[in-house]
Amino acid sequence: MFDSPADVTERLAAVDYLSDDAISTSVFLAAALGKPLLVEGPAGVGKTQLAKAVAAATGSDLIRLQCYEGLDEARALYEWNYKKQLLRIQATSADDDIFTEEFLLERPLLKAIRSDRPTVLLIDETDKADVEVEGLLLELLSDFQVTIPELGTVVARRRPYVVLTSNATRELSEALKRRCLYLHIEYPTPERERDIVLSQVPGIRGDLAEQLARTVATLRALELKKAPSVAETVDWANTLLALGREELDEATVAGTLGVVLKHAADHTRAVKELGLPDA
Amino acid sequence: MPEPGSLVDRHVGFVHALREAGVPVSVAEGLDAANALRVVELADRESLRAAYAATLVKKPGYRPGFDVLFDLWFPATTTGLRAPREEPLDPETATVEELRAYLAQLLTDGGDAEMRAFAQAMVSRFGRQQASGPGRQNWFSYSVLRALSPETLMARILREVLAGQERGGLAEKTVRQRVTSGIRRFEEEVATDVRRRIAEDSGVERIARSAVRPPLDQIDFLRVTKADLARLRREVHPLARRLAARLTIKHRKGRRGRLDFRRTVRASLQSGGVPLTTHFKPPRPHKPELVILCDTSDSVSSFAHFTLLLTYALREQFTKVRAFGFVDTVDEITKFFQPGADVVEAMTRLAKEADMVRFGRTNYRHSLETFAERYGDAIGPRTSLLILGDARSNYQPPALDLLKSLAGKARHAYWLNPEPRQQWDTGDSVASDYATIVPMYECRNVAQLTAFIETLA
Repeated sequence: MFDSPADVTERLAAVDYLSDDAISTSVFLAAALGKPLLVEGPAGVGKTQLAKAVAAATGSDLIRLQCYEGLDEARALYEWNYKKQLLRIQATSADDDIFTEEFLLERPLLKAIRSDRPTVLLIDETDKADVEVEGLLLELLSDFQVTIPELGTVVARRRPYVVLTSNATRELSEALKRRCLYLHIEYPTPERERDIVLSQVPGIRGDLAEQLARTVATLRALELKKAPSVAETVDWANTLLALGREELDEATVAGTLGVVLKHAADHTRAVKELGLPDA
Repeated sequence: MPEPGSLVDRHVGFVHALREAGVPVSVAEGLDAANALRVVELADRESLRAAYAATLVKKPGYRPGFDVLFDLWFPATTTGLRAPREEPLDPETATVEELRAYLAQLLTDGGDAEMRAFAQAMVSRFGRQQASGPGRQNWFSYSVLRALSPETLMARILREVLAGQERGGLAEKTVRQRVTSGIRRFEEEVATDVRRRIAEDSGVERIARSAVRPPLDQIDFLRVTKADLARLRREVHPLARRLAARLTIKHRKGRRGRLDFRRTVRASLQSGGVPLTTHFKPPRPHKPELVILCDTSDSVSSFAHFTLLLTYALREQFTKVRAFGFVDTVDEITKFFQPGADVVEAMTRLAKEADMVRFGRTNYRHSLETFAERYGDAIGPRTSLLILGDARSNYQPPALDLLKSLAGKARHAYWLNPEPRQQWDTGDSVASDYATIVPMYECRNVAQLTAFIETLA
């Protein structure tokens, strides 16, 4: 898929994803070694975005499995189409085989395995799913195959590029981690964040982007309940642009703080710590 | 151990050192790393680091230790100091004043490579100390940091950068934050280079053992430093969420809710009146109630700090939490931990306002008595009772009956003790006596807290 980490950086940049050394190397290795990539990090640093960017950069289909509490096999892997089966039994004789491809409902995981096209399979927020789902993923992630009792084993026609994301609200099992390459994405350095703002918000001035990135870094250093994400920095840049502000002075920050801080307690704290005027 | 020579030896030695430092690396992961080495550019050191990290380090807590060991096993080549932009600076002859000026410039806008080169040059100039014995020398970071004293540069940088702007405001905060993180980076680079030089003199294995601090989840609560606390806070929050989830799940199992007759019949229309899929009314979510009793005395002060953190985090997860702190007598501290309140502020207010300390020595009997008398009705059949403390009662009678009746009223009761199990029952500890009534768990670090939460399932 990729020639080298440098190639990854370049092609991700072409689809507006600014990568760094660690990200590029991990993405490259996952492709070169054919292993799933587990991406962890705080909310809003671009984990899901990375999977989308890889799909866009390589021209692959993106199949997404959004995990949540109570997600089960029927939603993740496959399900039998009971209604169709029942109607078939009623319409024909009972000894008809009703466990065939025809009655199989594909869910994201099975779909990714059976796809002929290059595919990026995104298993989003893996930590939200119950432990049983991890068990389900193990066979898929190590051998790229799925066993359906009535049909037998379905082996991947073409190995999907698998990205798992997690906010680490729950420790994933050792077995799952062992099968994956691991990438921890932290908040970007102010320099990288400035570049992200510049690439995402056309028309913003360089020094304003720089000021924004530095201010956000300062905010993150405070102990907030919810630190501003990269997406919120970009929102902030857009806000300033829409308001026609050329500079990020204290009054402007105080007036627009709601764009990046989403808790009243954080708001008070920031105003106090940064010595902002009361908005 | 043979002198690491070939790449394979080095790889094996490195993996081995990681395991010794407490980073669990399985055989399969070691093989993955070796495979990764075949596809990355070995000459590119950061790429190599990223490849090793991706295959071997699966938890952020292990990362600092990994970085220290990586720098030892795959040391950076010394390139010497590149001339700064304007006038050339010779690190061996320049005056300390010139060096400080250069460092000040690096702190505000220096790249990683420049910072590293400067740190290395400074270690070679200031870091060498003659040691006892002929031909022996030692390397130290403190002599470098003393010579340059980067901490004292702050005032001057602020003066230069802010030039005329108002002080104390946002601009100053931003610059301070940038310089502080620059200083941290410089200190780390110096420490890394010092370790590298010691390793060159006396072998990698010798230094490796002492250089790596235990990973965050194995740091003892009773010996937590201030810097660790901030990081612990981040670890504890998700754990509280899990604890809350665990206590909820216990009740959810085995109860699917009542049959939703209407939905079931409606769904059966699609299959010709045969109710193929049964629908259930969603089970009414159980709202667990939690009562926390925590020892906030000095003997467990860092643990108390942690228990308060846990309390705070739990407060946000449970609908109904009542927290009580005790030393000599008990006071309800729930109100200090309003959801959404600021944790740091809550701690300070707590220390000032709460009525817990009379003589500053833990008295479990008196505390339990006061608790039963004043807040006994806080515990009901739906309550989980969580006691956090070291069970050291200063030779006062333990009041076991009282605890028994309290625990009897609660749905579950657990006791987390921050002392190592060997020290239970020594001196004035009555841990085992209490443990016969309430299951007691040793809980000295995040790893053990995690394990405790797992056992609840």
